[in-house]
Amino acid sequence: MAIALVLVLIVVGSVLFHFLSPWWWTPIASNWDYIDHTIVITFWITGVVFAAVVLFMAYCVFRFRHREGNRAAYEPESKRLEWWLTVVTAAGVTALLVPGLFVWSQFVNVPRDATEVEVVGQQWQWSFRLPGKDGKLGTSDTRDVTPENPLGVIASDPNGQDDVVVEAADLHLPVGKPVKMLLRSIDVLHDFYVPEFRAKMDMIPGSVTYFWFTPTKTGSFQVLCAELCGQGHPLMHGVVMVDTEQDYLAWLGEQQTFAQLSAPQQTGSADQAPEKTIASGLKVAAKLETVGSR
Amino acid sequence: MVDVTPADAIPPAEVAEVELYHPHSWWTKYVFSQDAKVIAIQYSATATAIGMVALVLSWLMRLQLGFPGTFDFITPEAYYQFITMHGMIMVIYLLTALFLGGFGNYLIPLMVGARDMVFPYVNMLSYWIYLLAVLVLVASFFAPGGPTGAGWTLYPPQAIMTGTPGGQDWGIILMLVSLILFIIGFTMGGLNYVVTVLQGRTRGMTLMRMPLTVWGIFTATVMALLAFPALFVACVMMLFDRALGTSFFMPAIVEMGEQLQHGGGSPILFQHLFWFFGHPEVYIVALPAFGIVSDLISTHARKNIFGYRMMVWAIIGIGALSFVVWAHHMYVSGMHPYFGFFFATTTLIIAVPTAIKVYNWVLTLWRGDIHLTIPMLFALAFIVTFVNGGLTGLFLGNVVVDVPLSDTMFVVAHFHMVMGVAPIIVIFGAIYHWYPKVTGRMLDERLGQFHFWVTFLGAYLIFFPMHYIGLMGVPRRYHELTDVTVMTETAHHLNSFISVMALIVGFAQVVFLFNLIWSIRHGREAGGNPWRATTLEWQTPQTPPAHGNFGKELPIVYRWAYDYSVPGAKEDFIPQNMPGTFGTSKEPA
Amino acid sequence: MSVILVFLAVIAGFAGWWLSHQRLMAKPWLEQGVIGDLVGMEGSALPTAKIGLGVFLAVVGCLFALFTSAYFMRMELSDWQALPIPRLLWFNTGVLVLSSIALQCASVAARRGQIDTVRLGLATAGLTALAFLVGQLMAWRELTEDGYLLASNPANSFFYLITGLHGLHIVGGLVALGRTTAGAWNGARPERLRLSVELCAMYWHFLLFVWLAIFALLAGWAATFIDICRQLLT
Repeated sequence: MAIALVLVLIVVGSVLFHFLSPWWWTPIASNWDYIDHTIVITFWITGVVFAAVVLFMAYCVFRFRHREGNRAAYEPESKRLEWWLTVVTAAGVTALLVPGLFVWSQFVNVPRDATEVEVVGQQWQWSFRLPGKDGKLGTSDTRDVTPENPLGVIASDPNGQDDVVVEAADLHLPVGKPVKMLLRSIDVLHDFYVPEFRAKMDMIPGSVTYFWFTPTKTGSFQVLCAELCGQGHPLMHGVVMVDTEQDYLAWLGEQQTFAQLSAPQQTGSADQAPEKTIASGLKVAAKLETVGSR
Repeated sequence: MVDVTPADAIPPAEVAEVELYHPHSWWTKYVFSQDAKVIAIQYSATATAIGMVALVLSWLMRLQLGFPGTFDFITPEAYYQFITMHGMIMVIYLLTALFLGGFGNYLIPLMVGARDMVFPYVNMLSYWIYLLAVLVLVASFFAPGGPTGAGWTLYPPQAIMTGTPGGQDWGIILMLVSLILFIIGFTMGGLNYVVTVLQGRTRGMTLMRMPLTVWGIFTATVMALLAFPALFVACVMMLFDRALGTSFFMPAIVEMGEQLQHGGGSPILFQHLFWFFGHPEVYIVALPAFGIVSDLISTHARKNIFGYRMMVWAIIGIGALSFVVWAHHMYVSGMHPYFGFFFATTTLIIAVPTAIKVYNWVLTLWRGDIHLTIPMLFALAFIVTFVNGGLTGLFLGNVVVDVPLSDTMFVVAHFHMVMGVAPIIVIFGAIYHWYPKVTGRMLDERLGQFHFWVTFLGAYLIFFPMHYIGLMGVPRRYHELTDVTVMTETAHHLNSFISVMALIVGFAQVVFLFNLIWSIRHGREAGGNPWRATTLEWQTPQTPPAHGNFGKELPIVYRWAYDYSVPGAKEDFIPQNMPGTFGTSKEPA
Repeated sequence: MSVILVFLAVIAGFAGWWLSHQRLMAKPWLEQGVIGDLVGMEGSALPTAKIGLGVFLAVVGCLFALFTSAYFMRMELSDWQALPIPRLLWFNTGVLVLSSIALQCASVAARRGQIDTVRLGLATAGLTALAFLVGQLMAWRELTEDGYLLASNPANSFFYLITGLHGLHIVGGLVALGRTTAGAWNGARPERLRLSVELCAMYWHFLLFVWLAIFALLAGWAATFIDICRQLLT
């Protein structure tokens, strides 16, 4: 008997928890509110099914519990009922799937006017590369990675010379403009994930993956790595600043291009770059060590 | 009504008797035994022992997550080793081994009316190789560098690199060797389970008269035989990459400023192979659970399972479909995005036969005569947790909804609910149900009640709120969540609560283990058929069943496994081997 | 993953054909009593060992189909360089065919009860299979000496891996064959011997088939064949 009551309490408790608890998604800061809508649809459909099944079960347990002299009914099957339930389920599943697939096709088809931004993951930091004045990113290869060329940009490619290289620092993006994130890794799998943007995608060494979004709110957002990448995984944070157009241009003006970074005469900046890589890589290693020795 | 033969017109068992192996010494009887029942117990005991290790590991993980910074010995390195070993042990060495090696070995011969498995010697080898696999796995805890910390998915490249615990030490090598051994051992056992169902059935036991338990284990074994080779291939290739420097999965890599020798390989190839095994694996665990829970519900509600034929077709359909959904684990892996359309569709289609099974379970309760025994309570708890976990699967299977949720705590909550809690609850139900047959004594009822309530409510309280932490965007596989900005202050409290619940639920399992051991001697005498069930294992002349299971003559089967509360019959159950006709000659309205 | 899916589709075809004979549409609750006129409902007339071996071969087939799938997927990447197929493999293929023929003869002879022919067939099969293994090892040495090392290119890695695994299966078969041969000399019961010989023959034919398939794969014909099919389709 207690079990029937508990089953009802589970349904009631779960529903109340869903509506009353403070734990819900962080406010969205990109155009992917479609995804949120799909989740809400899914919550409704699955919630109704969950409540219906468990409450029905609770009723059965209460109503048909064993009492002296009871005997169960004999009912091997009911074709009509089973087909009817199948059809209803299929309809429910379709109602989930169809909007999902529509949004997915939006997700994978990048709008023409999206600017490309490259994200490079490595153990355990984020670097970025933005196309320069020519609007094109130069080609890259992991084999070309050196302390002077931490992202492995192919020096012979003229498109790459004016690329803006942001190494182990914050990425800035202008608000309201679609961006196509080109994702690359030079060591293991990583996953570029900003909870507020909803989108994420793995980065695979040896190939370039992508997703796109339009930032809709200015502010600072935390980048998390969402694919286990070794023991520094939880420390692999970054920052994306979504700026107004003005602030963005101001920031962009301060950044150095690949040509500037690799030019031999400008020894000052060229020397600093590798130190920075090593420094930030070491920072994580040092942090791990302190955690380890605790 | 198909031909009804009067009992006396039937000649005694015409089925050729299998050559039964007879043990000659204590060693061949209890240690190197070829009797499926002994092998089943060996499998179960080993799986439980290694499962306890995994349970303790989960406590340590939860201690770290719930109270970060308090337990200094849980370093990131150790934490990743804990999650990896916990996952691997639970999925492969506990659930797969217990359902197929444990329940499969014990129940298949008894339920289909066979004296033993068809290849007893191979069956014995299967267990010893499994034990070796477990020992190799345990050895990795003591190897220099400790066990691998690559996560149970063992994704390359990180699984074999220095940044991952055990990646360039012995950990990953021992892990891969252990898996390869497990697969070899399992294949030997699996051949037995499949061929015994094909060839070992007693007279009258047609496929459509088999209990759903046998259907579930049989289909799962067929799937496992076809899916495990994919893991085998992945493991062998990764072992080559790690030990011999090949580049199957390893692309060009700069590790901490140094170029590695590898080049050109495809990490995605590994993921395809892994999940080609990994997704069927979910159903390899789920189908036996489906089968067993069907029988528990039917027996304890004293009513035939509703829609038996649909249940069988659904098992077959789920088994077949599960081979074309694997890439739904890879929506954000960077594979070609158009695969998403196909795999989202197949994944959501598989929800339909699964839903039908759920409906049929609850419809079996309708107008039943529900005895709220402990197995029944566990069966009800299974439906709740399975429905919950299955429905959150609809979030993750629907490709675009998966994008924000994948690799968050939502996923952790989902698969623990559907693949951890639900099947393990079935295992508990099944143990309370069949323990009297295995030992001749009942498990203690009061300890059982305690175990049930703490496990069921505790597990629900652990994993239901966890979904919402994931929904907030909190990623999984993080050693510390203190730096994650989406993790609010209250969410940290919730996390601590979850950890405390995990410890409590873990404690209840210790009580259960005590009950298992204590009741062997002190439990109430059970008799041959305490649940008044119809299936053949309850009709054995001795309890526990003796060597050869059925005494002098094999039983003859006259009816399906679900003749409960048949109108016109005196008792509310008719054993499968009872001859005679009872008043059901017309289709009920 | 298309190769493995095709392979599984074939398995599913077999399973479906078998299930279609199992009266899955029957309403079991309406059928009481022993079902007398439904012959074969309790299992196949084939010896259980043969069915067991059949299931095992399906698993082995699955394994090699998966390697083939992985081979094709890895092949599409840019660093792939096919390696020359040593001539010796043709000879080895011939030897393995001989081995299979010898076992077939032994199997026919066992059915007729000609024990001497059985012994001859078994011995020939064993020796030729050994010769095949030696030939494979020589082919490996030849390739290594020519600088086609295991780790230098994925095509090489696959070559050694797949041929090695096939070789291991032959070694396993040789153990069974050895026991059968011992039985043939030590006067095993005729029906038992016949079954063992038939099982060996079945296994040998299957491994020959696997060898032909992987030979075609490693020599590049399989890829060419698939390309032609694709062109025909488009």
